[in-house]
Amino acid sequence: MSDLASLINAVEQADSSAQLIEAVRRLAATGHAEAVPTLITVLSYNNPGAAVAAVDGLVKIGEPAVAPLLEQLDQHNYTARSWAIRALAGIGDPRGFVTLLGVATADFSLSVRRAAARGIGAMKWHWFPEHLLEIAQEEAMEALLFVAQQDEEWVVRYAAVVGLESLACDFTFSHPEWRSHIEATFAHLAIADESWAVRARVWKAQQHLQGSAAAVAACQPQANQVEDEPSPLSPHDWQDILDKLYERKRQERVTLPEGDPRRYRELVGTVTHNAGEL
Amino acid sequence: MGEPIGDEQSLTVAQAIANLRGPDPGLRYYAAWWLGRFRVATPEAISALIDSLSDEADRTAEGGYPLRRNAARALGKLGNLQAVPALIRCLECDDFYVREAAVQSLGMLGDRSCIPVLMSFLEGGLAVAQPTPGKINLPQPYNAILEALGALNATEAVPLIEPFLDHPFEMLQYAAARAMYELTQNPVYAERLVRALAGEKLPLRRAALADLGAIGYLPAADAIAQTLAENSLKLIALKGLLEKQVQEATPPNLTADALQVMELMDSLL
Repeated sequence: MSDLASLINAVEQADSSAQLIEAVRRLAATGHAEAVPTLITVLSYNNPGAAVAAVDGLVKIGEPAVAPLLEQLDQHNYTARSWAIRALAGIGDPRGFVTLLGVATADFSLSVRRAAARGIGAMKWHWFPEHLLEIAQEEAMEALLFVAQQDEEWVVRYAAVVGLESLACDFTFSHPEWRSHIEATFAHLAIADESWAVRARVWKAQQHLQGSAAAVAACQPQANQVEDEPSPLSPHDWQDILDKLYERKRQERVTLPEGDPRRYRELVGTVTHNAGEL
Repeated sequence: MGEPIGDEQSLTVAQAIANLRGPDPGLRYYAAWWLGRFRVATPEAISALIDSLSDEADRTAEGGYPLRRNAARALGKLGNLQAVPALIRCLECDDFYVREAAVQSLGMLGDRSCIPVLMSFLEGGLAVAQPTPGKINLPQPYNAILEALGALNATEAVPLIEPFLDHPFEMLQYAAARAMYELTQNPVYAERLVRALAGEKLPLRRAALADLGAIGYLPAADAIAQTLAENSLKLIALKGLLEKQVQEATPPNLTADALQVMELMDSLL
C-alpha cells in the first residue's frame, strides 16, 4: 500500500475520536490532491476536531479541492456544508465568491459568517478578469460594510473589518472613492462599535491605511502572496460567476429593504422562491 | 426563519413586570429572564425581581426554585446594588442552583459586602469540598465562589482559596489558579492555566482558554493560538487579552502587544 493509501485507510478505519483526528491530521499534512475525497467525507462525520483538521488540509491543497467542495454545498447536510464553506473561504478561489457573499450576510452560524467575511477579504482578486473585477469588488465591499455595521456578533464584525482593510488597500488607485467610503465607515466604527476588540481592530486598520504611501507598498504583497500562480478558472467559470453576481444584484434591487439585518436574512432565505416570479 | 428577537422585544416592559408579578409560573419564569436579557433596570423591574427571590410557588419535583434562579441571574446583569442583601440571603437557599446564580451575580455586581459569606463557604477546605454520595453537585458552587472572590478583589480570601489549587477536580484547580492570579498578580498561577492548554481533555482545555481570556494574561497569547480547540473559543480568549491591552494605551493608540494579539486573531478567523 502506498503511503497515501495507508493514510486514507487510517482515516477510514479509525475507531475512536482521538484516532480519527490524528489520522485526518496526518492525511491533511500531505497536502495531496488525492486526499480530497476522504477529507471532504470527514466534514460530514460530526466530529469538530477532525473537521477542523480536514478543513486545514483542504485549504492547503487549494485549487484541486474547489470543485469537489462546491459539489458538497449542494448536499443537504448543514454541518458538512458549513465546514465546506470554511474551506472555500480559506482557499479564496473566485468560484466560491458568490456563495461566500450570501453566507457572510445570512448564515445563522456565527463561525460560518466569520469565515465567509474573512474569505471575501482574502479573495484572489488578481485572478479576476478586468470586466468582472469591478462588479465583484463592489459587491464584496457592500457585503462587508453591511456585516461590519449590522452583524450582532463582535467576531463577525471583526472579520469584516479585516476584509475591508484589505479591500481599501486594493482600492487605493483603482477606486479612491470606494476607499474613502470604507474609511468613513471605519471612522464611525472606531468610536461607535460596542466591542473594544472591534474598535481596536478598526484603529489598527486606520493606522495601516493612514500610513498612506508606505501602506500602499505594504498592501500589495499581502493580497497577492501567489502572484505568479496563473488562474485555473475557465471562461465558463467566469461567466458563471458573472451570472450569479447579476442575479444577486437583481434580487437585492427587488427585495432588499434598507437596514434591518434580520429582515435581510429572512429575505435571503426566500430568494429562491421569489426567483420564479420576477 | 421568523424573528425571535423581535418577538421577545414585543413583550413590553410593563407587560413583563406584570407577568413577573402574575400567577402563571411559565410567564413569570420567562419574564425574569427577559428583564435580564434586555437589561431592563427600572426601579419597578428591580423590585419585582428582588421579590421573586423569595418566591415559594414555583418548585421543581426535586424542590428547586426555578424562578429564584432566573431572578438571581437577571439581577446580576442589571447592576443595581439594591439587590445585594436579597442575593446574600439567597446563599442560604437549599437549591444549589439558586446559590450558584446568586454567587455569580454578586461577583458581577462588585459589592464587597458579600465577601465574608463567600469566604465562609470555603472554610473547612478540601475536606468539606468533596462530592456527597448520591448527589450530582459538590456541597457549594465552588467554581462560582472562587471566580467571584477573584472578581471582587478579595485578597483577604487568599489563604482560603489556595488549598483549592489541589482539589481533585481540575476545573476547580483552574478556578483557584485564576482567582489566585487576580488577587496576587503572581504569574506562577497564570502559567498553571497556560500548561492546562496542553491537557488531554477538550473540556478542560476550553475551561483554561476561558480563564486565561478572563484574566487577559498576555504571555499566553501564542499558546492560546496553538491550543487544540475551536477557533471561536481561542478568539474569545484572545479578545480578553486584547481588551486588557487596549486599556494600556490612550485610544486610538495601540500597544505593540495589542497589535501582536490582533495578528494572532486575524490568523484564526
